[in-house]
Amino acid sequence: MENPYLPYPVRIDSVITETEDRNLKTFKLVFLNSEDSEKFVHRAGQFAELSIAGKGEIPIGIASSPTEQGHLLFTVNKVGLVTSALHQMAVGEVMGVRGPLGNWYPWEEMDGKNVVIIGGGFAFTTLRASIVYMLHPENRSRFGDVTVIYGARTPGMLLYKDELAAWDERDDIRMHITVDASDDPDWKYNVGFVPTITQEKAPSAEDAYAIVCGPPIMIKFTLPILSELGFPPERIIMSLEMRMKCGIGMCGRCNIGTEYVCNDGPVFSLDQLGQLPNEY
Amino acid sequence: MTDKMVKKADLNELLNRLLEDYRVFAPVRRGDITTFQQISAADEPDFSCTNTILSPKSLMLPQSECLFDFTLEKGSDMAGIMREIDKDYSPRVIFGIRPCDAQSFQLLDLNFDTSPYRDPWWVRRRHHTTLVGLGCNVPCSTCFCTSVGGSPFAEDGLDLLLTDVGDEFALQAITEKGEQLLTKTGIDTEPSAATAKAVLACKESALGLMRSSVPTNNLEKHDATALFNADFWDKVQFACINCGICTYVCPTCWCFDIQDEVRKNNGVRLRNWDSCMSPLFTLHGSGHNPRNEKLQRVRQRFMHKLKYFVDKYERGVACVGCGRCVEQCPVNIDIREVVRLMNQFKV
Amino acid sequence: MQSYRTKIFEIALQLLVERQVDAVLGFRRGTIPMMSQPILISSPDEVDQLHWDSFCSSNLANYLPRRKDRVAVFAKGCDSRNIILQILENQIKREQLYIIGVPCQGMVDRRKVLAALDGREPADVSERNGMIRVSGWNFKENFSRDEYLQENCAICTHRNPVIYDELAAEPTNEQREVDRYGDIHALEAMNDDDRWQHFEEILTPCIRCYACRNACPMCYCPTCFVDESTPQWLGKSIDPIDTRTFHFLRAFHLAGRCTDCGNCERACPMGIKVRQLTKKLEKDIKQLYAYEAGLSLDEPPPLDTYRPDDPQEFIR
Repeated sequence: MENPYLPYPVRIDSVITETEDRNLKTFKLVFLNSEDSEKFVHRAGQFAELSIAGKGEIPIGIASSPTEQGHLLFTVNKVGLVTSALHQMAVGEVMGVRGPLGNWYPWEEMDGKNVVIIGGGFAFTTLRASIVYMLHPENRSRFGDVTVIYGARTPGMLLYKDELAAWDERDDIRMHITVDASDDPDWKYNVGFVPTITQEKAPSAEDAYAIVCGPPIMIKFTLPILSELGFPPERIIMSLEMRMKCGIGMCGRCNIGTEYVCNDGPVFSLDQLGQLPNEY
Repeated sequence: MTDKMVKKADLNELLNRLLEDYRVFAPVRRGDITTFQQISAADEPDFSCTNTILSPKSLMLPQSECLFDFTLEKGSDMAGIMREIDKDYSPRVIFGIRPCDAQSFQLLDLNFDTSPYRDPWWVRRRHHTTLVGLGCNVPCSTCFCTSVGGSPFAEDGLDLLLTDVGDEFALQAITEKGEQLLTKTGIDTEPSAATAKAVLACKESALGLMRSSVPTNNLEKHDATALFNADFWDKVQFACINCGICTYVCPTCWCFDIQDEVRKNNGVRLRNWDSCMSPLFTLHGSGHNPRNEKLQRVRQRFMHKLKYFVDKYERGVACVGCGRCVEQCPVNIDIREVVRLMNQFKV
Repeated sequence: MQSYRTKIFEIALQLLVERQVDAVLGFRRGTIPMMSQPILISSPDEVDQLHWDSFCSSNLANYLPRRKDRVAVFAKGCDSRNIILQILENQIKREQLYIIGVPCQGMVDRRKVLAALDGREPADVSERNGMIRVSGWNFKENFSRDEYLQENCAICTHRNPVIYDELAAEPTNEQREVDRYGDIHALEAMNDDDRWQHFEEILTPCIRCYACRNACPMCYCPTCFVDESTPQWLGKSIDPIDTRTFHFLRAFHLAGRCTDCGNCERACPMGIKVRQLTKKLEKDIKQLYAYEAGLSLDEPPPLDTYRPDDPQEFIR
C-alpha cells in the first residue's frame, strides 16, 4: 500500500529571492529518485506539502507548470515555523515533497475558451504555472485569448519579474501588470489596484473563464467587477487557502461545510462557494 | 453463522486460548476508570462498565502515534528523509467492545479508507483486528444508539457478538473473522434452547430499557447553509468552555494533527488527536482564523457530525449514540438537544 | 433550595423588567441528573428557566472575562472571589456587574454519588433536609449531602459571597474547624522521589483535553502557553514530560490567584486531582504573603504586584 503521508525526498537545486522585502523565495526542487519524479504528475492549480524534518509540513501551490520537466518550483512566503525554516535552507539540502494534492483549474472545461488570469501579491504561484502551461507550444492553440492582470504593492514586490517582462513582449498573451504605487520614474506598466485595473481593461466575459487568486481584500473588490463584466459565477474560479495538515482529506480541519479544501479543493468556482457556508 | 455458548466460569479459559494466538484488548478497571487496555492475563478485564469514559478508538487511532522517524545527522545519507517505522500488526482482538463503538469504526472507514488515499495505519489495524462485541443488556440512560442506526445488540461492524445471559455468554459469529476466532477458542457447546430464548429476551428487554431517543429524520433534508446560519447556535454555544472532552471521548471524532518532535539529532513525525474546539485547529499562518469564535467551533462540531457528514457520505450521522459526550461535558451541552434543534429547524 | 429558587426568580425578574442589566447569568436544570448548565438570559420570559440546586457547581465567573455588557451574575463564595480577582486583573469592570450573592452550603460531587451507585444509573434525584434522594431502575437510595460534597467544598472557609449587590439568602455559617491542607501536609512529608512518583501517577491518565484549564475562571489568557506555536513551548503528544509541564506551569500561574473553586477537578473526565498542585501553592502563598486570593478589591495577588518587603530569600 502506498503511504500517502510519506514525502518524496528532494534536493534544493536553487533558491531565488523574489521580492525586495526578501520574504518570498522560489525554491527549485529536484527529486532524489527518478522514479518519484515519474510518479509526481500534476496539473496547474494543484499544491503539495513541503516537508522539513523536525519542523513539519506546509501546503504550497505548485508554481511550476506540468510542462516543465525534471523539477518543481515553489514560491514560499515566510510566515510561520516551517516557512521560516525553509527560508534558512540552502542549495543542496534535502527536504520532502508530498503530492500532487488537491484539484486543479478546470482545464478540461476551459479547453477552447478565453482565459483571464487575475492575481495579486504572492498568490501568483499556481497562476504562473497556468500561464506557462497555456503558453507551451503544445497547448497554446487549445485556448483563445489569454489575458493576465497581476498586481503587487510595489514593482519590487512582483514575483517572476523576468518572466513577466518576457510575456509582456509576446503577442499571444495580453499582460496588464500593475502596482499600487511606484516611485520608479522608469515604471512603464500600470499603477492602480487590481480591481480598478480589471475595470479599466474590462476583459470580455464572452466565452471566457476568470481565475482569481489574491489577498482577501483584492478578491472582495474584484468579484463584483467580474460580475459586472458579465462573468457568471460558474466561470469565476478561485483557489482557497486553509490551515492543513494531512492534505488528503483525512485530518478534518480544512473543511468548508462538506468540502475539504485540500481534497475537494483548493479550486472552487464562485458558484460552488456560494452554496457552502461562509466560513473561510 | 455459528452460535456457541460458554459458561461464565469458563470465560478465563476462553481468554487464555485467545491470548495464545492474539494480542487481546479488553476493558480494564483502574480505580473508578475503565479503559480498553492490552491484557496479559485472563483475569484482568472488567466487563461491568457499559460505556468506558474513553471509547476504544485509540486502539485504531492512538491519541499519539509515531508515523515516521528521521535523523538530522549532518553528512548522513538519510538526513532529513522520513522513514517508515515497523509496527506490530500481528492479529489482535478487541474483546468486549460495545456495538456502538464497533459501528464507529465503520463510520471512520469512510474517512480513512478512501479512494485514492488510504490511511495505511488505519487500514492495517482494521484488517488485523477482530472485534468481539458485548451486547448491552442495560443501556446507559444517556445512550441513544437506536436513534442513529444502531441498537444495544447491533451486529453490524462486529465479527462476533457476546450476549450475557446470566451464568453464561452466548456467542454468535457474524463474519468469517469471527468464525475463525470462534474455532480458535475451541468452544464447541451449542447454545441450549433456553439460552437461545434468553438471548432473544435480552435483546428485547434492552430495547425496552432505552431511555432516550432523538429524531434525525429531517437532517438530510435541511439546507446546510440555512442550518449553518440558524439562530439557535448562540444559545447552544453559550455554556461551552471550549475544552476538548467531547471530541476526545467521542468514538467518531477522528480529527488529528501532525507534529514533528526532535531530540538531539533524532526526530519523529507524530500524529496526535486534535480537537475542532481549539482555536489553533484552523489558525492560518497569517493570523487569519476562519473559526476564531467559540460559536463557530461549536457549530462546526455539530454540523460536521449531524449535517456535513450526512450530506457527504449519505450514511447517516457521524454519531453512534454512545452518550459519552453527554455524560462527560462539564457544562451539560447535550448533543441530543442539539439534534432536536437541528432536526426541527425551520427557516 | 426551593426558597433559593423563588428568590432567584424574583431578583432576576426585577433586574430584567427594570432593565437594570442587559442579561442575567445563572443556571438551568441539566438534561441529566445531578447536572446543571450555565445560561445567559436577557428576557423576563426566560426567567423561569433559572434553577438552583446542589449541582450548580460550575463557576460562573468563567463566563465574565471580556464581556462588554452589564450582567447580573449569581455568585457563590468562590465565584465571588474569582470575580474580585477578575476585576483586579482588569478582565471585567465592577460597574458592569450586578452580583447576586448566593450563600453556599457546598456543592455535591456528582461523581462521588455515581461511584456510590456502582453502575446503577440514577433516573431521578431530589434534595430534602440535607439528604440527596436518588432513584433509578429497581432502586432507591438516600445519601447525606454533607458526605458527598465536592472535596473543595468540604474544606471551604468562604461559603458566603465576599462581594455582592444583593444576597439571595441569609449568610450561612462559615466552616471554621476544617483542615484545608491535610493532603498537602502528606505530600510535603514525602521525600522527593516519592513525591515525584506520586505526581507522575496522578497525572498519568491525563488526555490533554485542557478541560481543567478551560473550566478555570483565572485561565483567561488569550493564548495559553501550551497553544503558542512560535516558539512552541511544549509538545502536543501525551508525552509525560509535556503533560507534567502543562500541569505544573498552569499551577504556578495560578499561585495566589486560585480560589480553590474546584471547577478544574469537576471538569476533568479522568478524575485527576489537579487541586493537589494548586492547593500546595495556595498554602505557600498564604504562608509567605499572608494572602488569600479574592477576598478584597484592595489587595491584588502578591505575584501580580511588587513590594520592597516581599519575601525574597528564594530568588537568590
